[in-house]
Amino acid sequence: MTSRLFTAALPQPTRAPAPLNLETVRRYALFIVLAGLIIGFSWLQPAFSQPANLLSILQSTAVDALLGLAVTIALIAGGFDLSIGATAATALIASSYAMVVWQWGTAPTLLFGLGTGVAIGLFNALLVVRLRIPDLLATLGTMFLLGGLQLIPTGGQSISSGMLLSNGSTATGSFSAAFLALGRARLAGVPLPVILVGVLAIVAWVLMERTRWGRVFYATGGNEEAARLSGAPTARYRVTAYVLSGVFAALGGVIIAARVGRGDVSGGSSLLLDSVGATLIGFAVLNARRPNVLGTIVGAVFVGVLLNGLTMLNVPFYTQDFVKGFVLVAALALTFGLGRARR
Amino acid sequence: MPAAVLPPPLLALRQIRKRFGATIALDGVDLTLRAGEVVALMGANGAGKSTLVKIIAGASQADDGELRLAGDPIRFDSPRAALNAGIATVHQQTSQLGVPGLSVAENLLLGRLCSAHAAAWLAPATIRQQAATIAAAIAPDLPLDADFADLTPAQRQLLALARALHESARLIIFDEPTASLSPRESARLFAVIDHLKQAGIAILYVSHRLADLRRIADRAVVLRNGRVAGEFAAPLDLDAAVRAMVGGALPVRHAAARPPTQQPRLELQQVQLLPDSTPFNLCLHAGEVVAITGNLGAGKSRLLQVLFGLRPLPAGRLLLDGVHWQPRSVAEAIDAGIFMAGEDRWRSSFLPVDSLGARLSDLIALPHLRRLFPDGWVKQQQLDDTARSWIQRLGIRCQGPHDTPDQLSGGNQQKIVLARWQSAPAKVLLLDEPFQGVDVGARHDLIASIRSNPDTAVLIATSDLEEALEVADRVLIMGQHTLYDPGQGRDADSLLGQLESLEQFAGALPDHPPLSTTLPMEVTA
Repeated sequence: MTSRLFTAALPQPTRAPAPLNLETVRRYALFIVLAGLIIGFSWLQPAFSQPANLLSILQSTAVDALLGLAVTIALIAGGFDLSIGATAATALIASSYAMVVWQWGTAPTLLFGLGTGVAIGLFNALLVVRLRIPDLLATLGTMFLLGGLQLIPTGGQSISSGMLLSNGSTATGSFSAAFLALGRARLAGVPLPVILVGVLAIVAWVLMERTRWGRVFYATGGNEEAARLSGAPTARYRVTAYVLSGVFAALGGVIIAARVGRGDVSGGSSLLLDSVGATLIGFAVLNARRPNVLGTIVGAVFVGVLLNGLTMLNVPFYTQDFVKGFVLVAALALTFGLGRARR
Repeated sequence: MPAAVLPPPLLALRQIRKRFGATIALDGVDLTLRAGEVVALMGANGAGKSTLVKIIAGASQADDGELRLAGDPIRFDSPRAALNAGIATVHQQTSQLGVPGLSVAENLLLGRLCSAHAAAWLAPATIRQQAATIAAAIAPDLPLDADFADLTPAQRQLLALARALHESARLIIFDEPTASLSPRESARLFAVIDHLKQAGIAILYVSHRLADLRRIADRAVVLRNGRVAGEFAAPLDLDAAVRAMVGGALPVRHAAARPPTQQPRLELQQVQLLPDSTPFNLCLHAGEVVAITGNLGAGKSRLLQVLFGLRPLPAGRLLLDGVHWQPRSVAEAIDAGIFMAGEDRWRSSFLPVDSLGARLSDLIALPHLRRLFPDGWVKQQQLDDTARSWIQRLGIRCQGPHDTPDQLSGGNQQKIVLARWQSAPAKVLLLDEPFQGVDVGARHDLIASIRSNPDTAVLIATSDLEEALEVADRVLIMGQHTLYDPGQGRDADSLLGQLESLEQFAGALPDHPPLSTTLPMEVTA
C-alpha cells in the first residue's frame, strides 16, 4: 500500500508497464491450471478429450453453472442466498407434480416451475429487504422451509407416472416429450441445457459488466448507502436480484426434472454447495475478488473438468466432495491470502 | 526558580515524526505535559492534531522520535499499553466511550471485567457496589443501572472520566469534548476539568473553540503542517495563536455576499426539521456559498438530508427557482439539480475497492449514469475522459482514472467526491463536512472549485468555524434544529473577532431541553 501511495504522489505519475510477473500469473492462474488439467487428463486417458466426453462435462456442469449464476447475482447485490439449492429442488418437485399429478401441459408446467422461483425470490426479498433479517439467516430459514414444503404434497415420495397418491388413486399423467426435451434434446449435437445456460450466462454477463444497471447492482452490494445517496432505488435492485436468483435456480430445478424424468425429493444441499463453490472459485478468475459472471462459469467448468477427469482415471467417486473442497479452499487462498500484495 | 529543580515532566515528546505514504503528518513535534496542567492543542484540520493524539494514546506509533514518561523513555504499542501507563482518552465520538448493551455499572468496571485476572463470577450486587465507589469520585449521580446506549453524551464523558480516574490515569486527553455538549453541560465539564487539574492530573485538550481554551487552558500548543507553529502561555494571546494556526496571514475574506438582486435559487419558508422545533427561513442565491455550523446533533446534516429528499420535511415550504418543490426521493432531488456530498466519504460515496465501479472514473459518474447512458450501455471511454478532465481541473494527484480511492490522500479523495457532484450542472450543491481529513493545500483547491460556479447555490454544513468563515459568503449557526443568523459585520473585524462573536452567539443560544431527569454533572470542584 505504501509503495502505491508513494507512486501516486510523484509529480509526473507514469503508469507502470505490466510485465509478466506474479500479478499476471495470479490473474490467469485458474485458466493456466485448467489448461494443465485438460492436457494432463488427455495424456493419461485419451478418451477424455473425445468431443462426446467434453460435451458430457458441459452437460453435467450446466445446472451447477446456472445455480452458480443465481448465487452470483444475489451476491452482487449484496445478499447471500443459501436457499438456492432448495429453490431448485422445490421447482423440480413443483413442475413434476404439475405434469404428473395435475396433468398440465408443457408451457403451463414450465411457467409454474419458474413462477415458484419468482415467489421464493420475493419471499426472500420480503425477509431480507423489508423485514431486515440478515441475509444468511433469512435464506437459511427459507432453505429449511422449502426442504420441508416439498415433502408435503407427495408424503415424501418421488414423483413419477403411476405413483400412488395419498387419496389412494394412481397418478395418471406423465412427462411430455416436449418437457423432457428441455433436459435431453441436442441442437447440432450440443445438449440444450448447455446452450440455454450459455445464452443466460452471456445475458447476465452483459447486464452486469456492460450496462448501467449492472453498475447499480454492484454499487448496491458494495456500499448500499453510497448507492442510495447516488439516487439509486437500492431496495428495488435488491428485490430484483433475489427474484432473478430464484428464477435461475428454479430453471435449474426444471432442467433436472426434464433430464431425469422423475421428481426426486431432495434438500438440494449438494446443489447449494456446488453452486456456491463455483461462485467463490470465480472470485479468483482474472483476480476479480468479487462475484462475477465469467468467474462463476469458469469455476463451474473447472470443477466439472476435474471431477470428470478423476472419474475417468478411476478415482473413487466418494473422494469428489474432498476434491471440490480442496479446489475451493485453494482458490480462496489465491484470491484473498496471497492477494494482499496488490494493495 | 532554576529549571533543574523541577521534576521531569509527566510526558515529554521529542522530535516526533510520522508519515503516511507521501504525506508527512508530523514533522518533528516537541510537546511537554506537566502534572496539574491543562495544555490546549490547536491546529486546523490536517495540521496533525489527531495523529499526535493517537501516538500519545498508543493507537498509532511514531516513525521517529522519543516519548518520555516521567523521564523514562517509553513506547506504547497499543492503547492498552498507554492506558496501563496512565494515559486515558475521552474521544469526540462519545459512542466509543463505552459498550452499549452493558449497564453503566458494568461499563465502569469494564477494565477489570476484561482483565485476565478478573474473578470468574461476580454477583450483580458486587458489580453495582464497586461501580458506585468508582462513580462516587466524580459522578455520583450516574444512573448505574441504565444502558450505556441511553446515556447523553455528557454522561458518557463522565463515565469515561470516572473509569479513567479509577484506573489511575495521570494524563487525560480530551478530543473536542464540547462538540456534542450544550453550553451548560460544557460549563459543568470545565468544572470537572478544574477538579482533575487540582488532583494533579495532566490534561491535553484538543479543541477549535477559542472560548473553551480561554476558559481552561494554561498553555496552548499550535500545530501547523505537522510542526509546532507556536506555544503560548496563559493568559492566552488567542489572536497570536490563531495567527500561528492559519500561518501568519489570515485567510482572505471573500467579497461580501452578492447583491441579492438575483432571483433566489432555493427558498426555505417556515421550515421545521422536527415536529416541535422552531421554524426558520433561509434563502440561497445562485453563486452564493452559505455555511452552517453548530454542535454535533444540532441538525445541520438533517437539514441537508431533508433538502436532498432523504428525509421528509415535517413542516414548511421549499421553493426552487420560485416554484414550490418537495423532493420525495434522492433520485428526484438529483433530477432537479440538487446534489449532496455526504459526510464521511468512504461511507457515503465510495465502493469497496474490489467492487465493479470502484475506480475514480466510475465513482465520479455513479449518480449520473442514468442521464449519461439512457439506453443502458456504459461507455467506459467517455467516463475515463470525463475523469481525466476533472483530475486535471482539480489537480488530483493520482496515476489515472482507473485508480481506486484508497491509493489517494484524503484531500484528493475529497476532490473526487466534489468532482462527482460538479461534473453535472447543479442548481444547489449541499456539502456535509467537506473538509474532513483534508490538508490545507487541498482545502484551498476545494474552496476555489466550490466558489467557482456562478450558477450553483452552495450550502455547507461544517462543525469548524474557521472553515466556515474561509469558504462561505455567509455563516449561519444551527442549534436545536433551528437556524440563527449571527449577523454580518465581519468586514471590519479580524478573523479572531469574527470567530469569537460567532462563538458568543452560539453560546447564547437556548440550551438543550433536559434530556434526562438524572443529569449528573454537579461536581463539587
